[in-house]
Amino acid sequence: MTVKKQGPEELLGLNKFAVDEDEPHIVIDKDVCAQCKNKPCLVVCPAVLYTLKDGAINFDYAGCLECGTCRVMCEKKGIVKWTYPRGTFGVAFRYG
Amino acid sequence: MGEEEKFDAIIIGAGPAGTACAYILAREGKSVLVIERGISAGSKNLTGGRLYTYALELVEPGLHAEAPLERKVVREQIMMLGANGALTIDYLDYDFKQEVPQSYSILRAPFDEWFAAKAEEQGAMVAPGILVEDLIIRDNKVVGVKAGEDEMYADVVIAADGINSFMAQKAGLRSDLTGHMVGVGVKEVIELPPDVIQNRFNLATDEGTARMIIGCTEGIQGGGFLYTNKDSVSLGIVFSPEAAAKQGKSIHEIHQNFKMHPAIYPLIGDGNTVEYGAHLVPESGWRDVPPKLYRDGFLVTGDAAGFCINTGTILRGIDLAIVSGVAAARAVMKAADSTAVGPAYVKELEQLGLIPTMKMFAGWPDIVAIPRMAETYPRLANEVLRFMFTVDGHVPEKMPKAMRAIVKRHVSMSQLISDGWKGVTSV
Repeated sequence: MTVKKQGPEELLGLNKFAVDEDEPHIVIDKDVCAQCKNKPCLVVCPAVLYTLKDGAINFDYAGCLECGTCRVMCEKKGIVKWTYPRGTFGVAFRYG
Repeated sequence: MGEEEKFDAIIIGAGPAGTACAYILAREGKSVLVIERGISAGSKNLTGGRLYTYALELVEPGLHAEAPLERKVVREQIMMLGANGALTIDYLDYDFKQEVPQSYSILRAPFDEWFAAKAEEQGAMVAPGILVEDLIIRDNKVVGVKAGEDEMYADVVIAADGINSFMAQKAGLRSDLTGHMVGVGVKEVIELPPDVIQNRFNLATDEGTARMIIGCTEGIQGGGFLYTNKDSVSLGIVFSPEAAAKQGKSIHEIHQNFKMHPAIYPLIGDGNTVEYGAHLVPESGWRDVPPKLYRDGFLVTGDAAGFCINTGTILRGIDLAIVSGVAAARAVMKAADSTAVGPAYVKELEQLGLIPTMKMFAGWPDIVAIPRMAETYPRLANEVLRFMFTVDGHVPEKMPKAMRAIVKRHVSMSQLISDGWKGVTSV
């Protein structure tokens, strides 16, 4: 292994996650997102969890680094819920 | 719930602010509960980064000697990336490693976990894996916290829940963050053998390098950092998510390009990335610290209060968090009743120098925010050096003429004056 450009999936694969399958900690309203022209979430999420699929926002909360950037930058408030994952769930940094 | 089950203090978050506070309160005989949402203290926390040691010494002299810290920082560097090279200023100061070293590089997962265990040794109760969801407010006083079905009560609740601080918001002390208040930081931890790190960065076994980097953000306001740990390098970028959004540039991609820059890659080549993290940074400094840091029964500390200083060469957060935790603990110890805790906390923050220091640097975010700092000036500096070192057999231009031409290629006279003026007035 040596240092090279890595895609988001590969980078997130290095981290330790305990995904809360029962309760997503971030929920988006795709109808609201469809009205959003700029969609800053597509570029500001460090984990690239917001992507476009057939022109609509596609989002997966697994792999979230819990930074909060998407919530802060969300223009039309299509992110209708943003909380931290329930206790013990989510990312667990081993280095930090 | 009976009176005997009420704590003297509940602290939300086992980061440096919360743990420093818990450590002192427990040592002084108070009953303290620290609630941490991560599976262990530190598992949600991320730094560049480094710890300025004085803060830990404030908690307990000598504590740094047993802390899981990385390297004593003796090399302070500023790097300006060019298109195919870089200009690096390397300031070496061995005084920085004498007796109590000025600062250490640090990884937060091991450090925070160790620090929380130290607070437990003092008698604090640390409860990991629990997310505090709400405050309990009665007669306009914060009296406890809610986590799921559980309610816990205390004389004072101390929010040390980090930059997103939903608890400070619920207490009505802060509104939610906006884009201009924050930088988004991304970081890779890249493993390398210790001797390779020492050779590449010209360090002895216990010494470290801290490097601030500009010209690595594709024109977006912000900069990079590199810290040498014992057997890894922390490499990352902190920049304005607003500017990134405006330019439509992916934060992930910019970081990956930065990693592969011809002046960066040789430092990390053959390394092995072991973690990728991201975190917000309260970059706007004093201006966005909430006007009120307390209400009856409630204090805000650390990142939750926006305690952060970025001067371009110095980036402080962990030390300020610890200092604010110490201030909160002292206020709780000294105050005669709950209404006196808040004002006593602010007084301690003044006396410990946190508020005066933050006020002194209040204008500095304006310099960091000058758009041309991110790319134009680093490139310009590289071209000046290139002219000074170039020999190609041609008759060179006269120095003043060449310099004027280089400057002109990058900035107009009015931009230069405006940026210079901003620089002078901001400091």
